[in-house]
Parts: sequence; C-alpha cells; structure tokens
Amino acid sequence: MEYFLELFFSGLTRGSIYALIALGYTMVYGIIELINFAHGEIYMIGAFVGLVVAGILTSFGFPAASIVVLASIAAIIYAAAYGYTIEKIAYRPLRGAPRLSPLISAIGMSIFLQNYVMLSQTSDFLSFPSLIPEFNFLGKYESMVGSSDFVIIVVAAVVMVALNLFIKFTRMGKAMRATAQNRKMAMLVGINVDQVISATFVIGSALAAVGGVLIASHIGQINFFIGFIAGIKAFTAAVLGGIGSVPGAMLGGLILGWTESFCTGYVSSDYEDVFAFALLVLILIFRPSGLLGKAPIQKV
Amino acid sequence: MKRSLLVLLVAAMMTISSFGSASAGKIVLGVPGAHSGDLASYGLPTVEAAKLVVKAINESGGVNGEQVVLSLQDDQCKPEFATNAAMKLLSDQVNVVLGHICSGPTKAALPIYKESNLVCMSPSATSPSLTLSGDYPNFFRTIASDDAQGALAAMFAVEKLGLKKPAIIHDKGDYGKGFAEYTMKYLKEKGVEPVLFEGVTPGAVDYSAVVQKIKASGADGVIFGGYHPEASKVVSQMRKKKMTIPFLSDDGVKAQTFIDIAGKAAEGVYATGPQDITGNPMYAVALKQYKDSHYGAEPGAFYFEAYSAALALLKAIEYAKSTDYDKIVDALRNNEVETPVGKIKFDAKGDAIGVGFSVYQVKDGQYVEVK
Repeated sequence: MEYFLELFFSGLTRGSIYALIALGYTMVYGIIELINFAHGEIYMIGAFVGLVVAGILTSFGFPAASIVVLASIAAIIYAAAYGYTIEKIAYRPLRGAPRLSPLISAIGMSIFLQNYVMLSQTSDFLSFPSLIPEFNFLGKYESMVGSSDFVIIVVAAVVMVALNLFIKFTRMGKAMRATAQNRKMAMLVGINVDQVISATFVIGSALAAVGGVLIASHIGQINFFIGFIAGIKAFTAAVLGGIGSVPGAMLGGLILGWTESFCTGYVSSDYEDVFAFALLVLILIFRPSGLLGKAPIQKV
Repeated sequence: MKRSLLVLLVAAMMTISSFGSASAGKIVLGVPGAHSGDLASYGLPTVEAAKLVVKAINESGGVNGEQVVLSLQDDQCKPEFATNAAMKLLSDQVNVVLGHICSGPTKAALPIYKESNLVCMSPSATSPSLTLSGDYPNFFRTIASDDAQGALAAMFAVEKLGLKKPAIIHDKGDYGKGFAEYTMKYLKEKGVEPVLFEGVTPGAVDYSAVVQKIKASGADGVIFGGYHPEASKVVSQMRKKKMTIPFLSDDGVKAQTFIDIAGKAAEGVYATGPQDITGNPMYAVALKQYKDSHYGAEPGAFYFEAYSAALALLKAIEYAKSTDYDKIVDALRNNEVETPVGKIKFDAKGDAIGVGFSVYQVKDGQYVEVK
C-alpha cells in the first residue's frame, strides 16, 4: 500500500507539471485552433529566467522563501512577454492564412527559441538551485511527498482553481469563452478579439513559466532542450483530456502522470512511453475528441 | 589510340610504385584507418603517431638494422573499404599492421590478415568480441575493450562495496545499456543477481517513480550506465529521498560537469574512468614529439594508444629478430614494452595487460582515484 501511495504521489507531481504546461496548449487551441508548438520553449525560458534571477538574488543574500517567489514572478513576466511577442510576430500575421501556415510558423518558432537559448546561454546542462526550502510535515511518510513535490502539487491545484474562476467570472474570461465559441460573432458583439488572443497567450505562458521554475528546482538541472520533451508530454496530456477544454488539460495531465508512474513502478520504466502513448491511442479511438472534449459543432 | 597508351602508362607507373614500396631490406608498417571522411579525426592522429615513432626508430638505426617504411591505406571507417585497404596492404607486403580504427572495419579486415599470417594491432577498436570471441588470434589492441569497464565495475561493486543486491539502471542507449549489460554479466559470474535491471528515458521530466522502485526493491547499491545528465537526476532524487546507498557509474559520468550539476548529491559517487596515464615517462616523450612537430598543438583522439601500438609492434619485431608471424606473436605476449599507456604486454586474447580503467570517487567536489 505504501508503495502504491508513493507511486501515486510521484505521478501526481509529474501530472501537475504536465497539467500546468498543457493549459497553455489547450487554451490557445480553444481560442484560435492553433497548436502552439513553441509553448514548450516558453516553459524552458521560464526556467532559465528563474535560474538567472535566483542566482542574482542569492548573491545579494535574499532569504530562500523570497527567492522562490521573486524568481517565479520574474519568470512569469518574462515568459508572458515572450508569449505575447510570439503571438504578435509569428501567428497574428498569419491569422487569415490556411491552417498549415501558422502550424509551420509555430514549429519554426520552437526551433528558433531552442537555438537562441543554446547560443546565448550554453548547450551544457546547468545546475538549478533547490529553491524550495526543505521541510518535513509527514514524519516517517516523508519519502512519499517531499517538500518540493508538495509545493508543486499545491501550486498547481491553486493555479487551476484560480484559472477556472477567472474564466467563469471575469469579463476577460467571458470574452475568452465567447471568442472560443465563435470568433466572428464575438467580434460583432464588440469583443476585442486580438486582445483576448493576446491575453490567452500571456496567461498560458505565465502558467508554463511557473511549471518551469518549479520542476527545474525539483530536479535540479536545466538545459535548452528540456522544453521539447516536456512540451510533447503536455501536448499529449492536452489531447488526452480533450484539446480546447481547460478541465480536460488538468485531467489529461494527471492521468498521463499516473500512467507513467504506475507503469514504471509495476511494469518497467523501459515501457513508460509505450504505455503513455498506447493509452493516448486507446482513448482517441473510443473518444476521438478526448476525455472532456466536445465533438466539434458543425457551424452553418 | 592515344587514350589507351595513357592508360597503359599509368598502369605501368602504378605497378612500379607498388613494387617500390615493398623493396627488400625494409620493414613495412601498414597503417589502415579513417584518413578521410567524417571520422578522419579518429584516424589521422594514428598516422601522426606512426610517422613520429618510425622517424625516431629510423634515426636510431632502425629495427634490426633495417629501415621502417609506412604504407597508409584509407578505409574511412567503412567495412567495405576496409577489405580493399587490407588487400592493398597485402600487395604492399607489409610486415605488421597498425589499425584499423573503428571496430566494424577491423572485423571486416581481420580474416584477410589472418589468412596471410599478419599481426594486426588496433589503437581504438573497443568492441569486446574482437578479442573475446577467440576468432582472431592475430589481433591485438592497446585500448581497453568496452566490457573491461563493466568487469571492473562488477568487481568493485562486489569486492570493495560488498553489494549483494545491486539495482542496475541505464539510459537505453548503446553505450549506457552496453555498460549495464556487461556489468550484469560479470555480476552474475560472481554469483550476484541484480534485483532490478531497467532503462530510463533520457530527458524525462522526473525519475522519482524509478527511484521509488529502486527503494522498494531493497537494493543495496545502484549501478548506472549512461551519461551525466541522467545520472545526476537519478542520484539527486535518491539523496532527496534519503537513500544513502552507493551509486556507481561509468566514464560518461566521470566528468567535472557531473559534479557541477549534481552538487551535494555527487559527493561519494563512484565512477569508472580511463586510467591516468599522464604519469608514464613515455607519455611525456610522445606528447613532446607531437607538440614539437605540430607547432604546439594537442594530439587528437587515440594518439597515445596508437603511439603505444606502433612501439609495441616494432619492438616485438626487434625482439623476435625476425618478421615471422609466430615469433612476433610470441614477443608481443612475453615481452614487456615501455609505452605511453604504461609498461605493457598482451594476454592470450590480445588485450594489453595493464591498460584499462580505474575507479574514482567524488570527494570534496573532485574525482579522486580509489586505490
């Protein structure tokens, strides 16, 4: 039972990270039906900003807890700026173009950002300081949920609740839902669609940056390529839950995390990806729009 | 008419030149390897090493009073070219062969040398089967084979660390998995059965599930095959979960970057790595010769292994006082030579005795050899 719980929480940590990144994919897809392949790189850039800011603050002797907060805020601002700019220069000019063009533009942006960070920083792995202070609140069950696992799970949960409330109750949230439903109609009733799309990118990027700082601090190393695999996994989570659906991204992230964790624990980590993607295929066969996704409405 | 005359002339010239290089009263050292193509950087240092050794020996009177000449053949590290290179060396009537560079071409060319009773010594072909299979009694090498590292790791794990239930983790790659498999094989020979043998996905977001699994398996040590990014992730997460069991890895991890990334978690980690040869007297000589003739540049890959192989081959001929195959083989097996990689002779399989790996441990942020 203890082993099961250990794997459960290990999958929960991993799944929370996937969910945080998957939200960006799913929100952007929900609004403009674009798969933003540069999203994983935003996560990576968030982690790099976190590293730089944490390094500077540490050298000035800030206390550990304030470093986590300040580094995360800096990463959020920086990543949000990146998200906004990417949308502006790589996707907005292609808004009326066939659907393939912004997709290729997204892949190009992803490769550009990877290489830009590789050249401006380094291609080596860098050590990321353990930002989250060690604490022990579980006594002998500490090995199940370490302090950084706990922080990741709690932050992810808080962020998700906040995002849901934001989408449900704020003006911008309503505008987002309206734009997602029908962009032209939203425009006709006076919603500034460009602003809504920018806001989507900014929010998605900010969430990815939080994920980036947290996971980098959890595993203690980053390099320019970490966004690729995390991005693919998060994208898978978004599709699993039903791309376009915010609760779906969260559910998809958690299910993917648990699948990988239990598969590693009870079968073999050799087959981790095999099981994760076999699950994806199975779900898409029986529910082509994902777990919580809606079947596309035929617009007439 | 004119063209066929030209062809005839060229053919005649080529015949003369190949006769020329194999003139009597000389010892011919064949040097096949990648001298062009994308792997030339592995092959060309061997050519330089051979040239420098031959120059030094010729200046001091040659081998048994005979001058040594070189016959260079390019195989681009491709097996299909290697057989051509080998045939060309035979027609040049070489006495011994220094090469090939890559394991594949070496395997392709060896049967040809075997039929013609030629000794072949590689500075860089590390595939274990070349010596372990026993198919090539004419093959020797001055570099340790891939399985030597696994054998050392297994020996160290069992005899020094006293592991009874090790967990073996690898990164699914050729190198990492190979190391893990050889280590497992030698562990089993020593009667130790690993409790876990698993691959992790390089670049995955975290490894806590596999770390839990190691913990649940009751392993008393972890042996990891792979490179430093994965190793540092695994060992950091182990230490975070307060697992203090020993962590032993390979020369992909024996690098300063591993210590920089893993930080405190790196402390106490064991890793096998190439033996330190910089203290050998011949190492300094070989390095100085290269720098003097190349404007102070650093020698490339396998230079010291190639230098050692050239020395071992020519000294064996000198010791045997003949270029007879059996006598050269006897000399290689029974006569020690002072080389940059140490004072070596060869075992019955063809591997150099005394060349290999050592175990290092991280102490105060630095790898220190474990005596």
